[in-house]
Amino acid sequence: MSDWIEACAADDIDEEDVLRFDHAGRTFAIYRSPEDEFFATDGLCTHEQIHLSQGLVMGDIIECPKHNGRFNYKTGAARGAPVCVNLRTYPVKVDDGKVFIRMAD
Amino acid sequence: MVIVGAGECGTRAAFALREAGYDGTIALVGSEAHPPYERPPLSKEAMTGEQAPSIKTIADAARLAEHRIDLRNSTTVLSIDRANRSVRLADGSDLAYDKLLLATGALPRKLPLQGMGGRSVCLRTFDDALLIRRHLRQGVRIAIVGGGFIGLELAASARKLGADVTVIEAQPRILMRGVPEEIAAVVHQAHVAEGVEIVCGDGIASMEDDGETVRIVLSSGRTVVADLAIVGIGAVPVTALAETAGLALNNGISVDARLRTSDPHVFAAGDCCSFPLAVYGDRRVRLEAWRSAQEHGALAARNMLGAEEAHATVPWFWSDQYGLTLQIAGLPDEGDRTIRRDLGDGAFILFHLKDDGRLVAASGIGPDNAVARDVRLAEMLIARSARPDLAALASTAVKLKSLLAA
Ligand SMILES: Cc1cc2nc3c(=O)[nH]c(=O)nc-3n(C[C@H](O)[C@H](O)[C@H](O)COP(=O)(O)OP(=O)(O)OC[C@H]3O[C@@H](n4cnc5c(N)ncnc54)[C@H](O)[C@@H]3O)c2cc1C
Ligand code: FES
Repeated sequence: MSDWIEACAADDIDEEDVLRFDHAGRTFAIYRSPEDEFFATDGLCTHEQIHLSQGLVMGDIIECPKHNGRFNYKTGAARGAPVCVNLRTYPVKVDDGKVFIRMAD
Repeated sequence: MVIVGAGECGTRAAFALREAGYDGTIALVGSEAHPPYERPPLSKEAMTGEQAPSIKTIADAARLAEHRIDLRNSTTVLSIDRANRSVRLADGSDLAYDKLLLATGALPRKLPLQGMGGRSVCLRTFDDALLIRRHLRQGVRIAIVGGGFIGLELAASARKLGADVTVIEAQPRILMRGVPEEIAAVVHQAHVAEGVEIVCGDGIASMEDDGETVRIVLSSGRTVVADLAIVGIGAVPVTALAETAGLALNNGISVDARLRTSDPHVFAAGDCCSFPLAVYGDRRVRLEAWRSAQEHGALAARNMLGAEEAHATVPWFWSDQYGLTLQIAGLPDEGDRTIRRDLGDGAFILFHLKDDGRLVAASGIGPDNAVARDVRLAEMLIARSARPDLAALASTAVKLKSLLAA
């Protein structure tokens, strides 16, 4: 099991928003929900390789900026054409105002 | 259920029928030999790769089978027998329907000229894209007739591969239809900076294609010689089936807000139909846009199952050229005045408002997806007929999302 990686400060992300986090050659998207919880998924849309961090967060949905494909960022589930492949999600914890994610191998 | 046309719209409709719980048979009949595929990449990524273009499928055989969608590709529907509710296929067989969806799309408009041959082509299908790609290489001379989206995207792709590109547009500027001048100017500049020559305000007097080169004589008298001429002067809806069957036409197959034709058992959707757009007081429009084709497909499917749901969304469109993405929500020509919001890095959005303050459209351009979020938020404001504060629209200090909450 890999270690927790510090991604950003909790305050770096507004509520109902998303931030890009690059680490070890990979890119992730970190979300802060309207209920002030944090989540993380792969950073790129599964339709084309587009950074989701420029997309719009609404409730528990992230909408891709390129063609408006939708995912539930809490579960990674694809939620609307043109996307049909789910996003991978990662565990997140907040400690002392910092957000950590744990990457799968 | 029978769907004619296995493009973006027809395919989405087939899946949406299943999503809505329909359990009966679905036949998806399409003329093309390929499994359903996306058209937008054909002028963009598919063209710029080192290799031959690859096809971006919407649904492969496994997914179609999983949803029990009976894809009949390489099959053209010849006629509709509305009295007996069946369609005649090219092999002479008949297919009965309870409800029929016409999603026959559009085809490139032809130049009203003699002289088109093997070196003067249009782009609509994957096969067209393969043919064009074979010609694109360093130094080859490409003439693009028409400064619309497809022509300009192709110009950008051809430049990327080192071709010499001339774009010929009869109107005084490129992207005359549906794109504000300020945004078209950014696109124009990008092309000029990349070495594309754009000739505006000059028509085509004659075109001569001897199978090796194309000689285009412009109205001004100038001659453009090219190894390949690509004509991109718009698209015309495919309506022959509907017309022969006696369905009402009006700039495409005429449908109501529920996408129903003049026959209650027959629906039409996507690029082939015109429909009343509720956000603009039922102005009748025909769109040629990818997301709209999907939304239409899904809506038609629900209504084929009796949902009686009216079309309610705002049109949305995007285009990619070089590193720039342009996005438009709504129809800018509905607006009386514009407010500009600068997002940095050259990215900006124009908000188009009615005199009474109602937001009716937003158009933006910038690197990557810089304008995407705000255009999408604007789309939601348009759908709500919002009258946003003008200072807030202009200032990036105010988040557009906060206007939605108001
Ligand atoms: C090169 C290109 C780039 C584009 N880029 C963008 C873009 O960047 N953004 C955007 O928003 N939109 C873009 N579009 C537009 C978008 O692709 C279309 O709006 C969309 O494909 C329309 O879907 P449709 O299903 O209505 O029609 P189509 O995709 O045209 O599908 C219709 C299908 O019906 C079949 N058919 C017709 N008649 C019959 C018959 N009698 N029997 C059987 N089959 C039949 C046709 O062969 C065709 O396969 C682009 C289009 C092209 C061509
Ligand atoms: S790239 Fe995300 S929806 Fe197309």
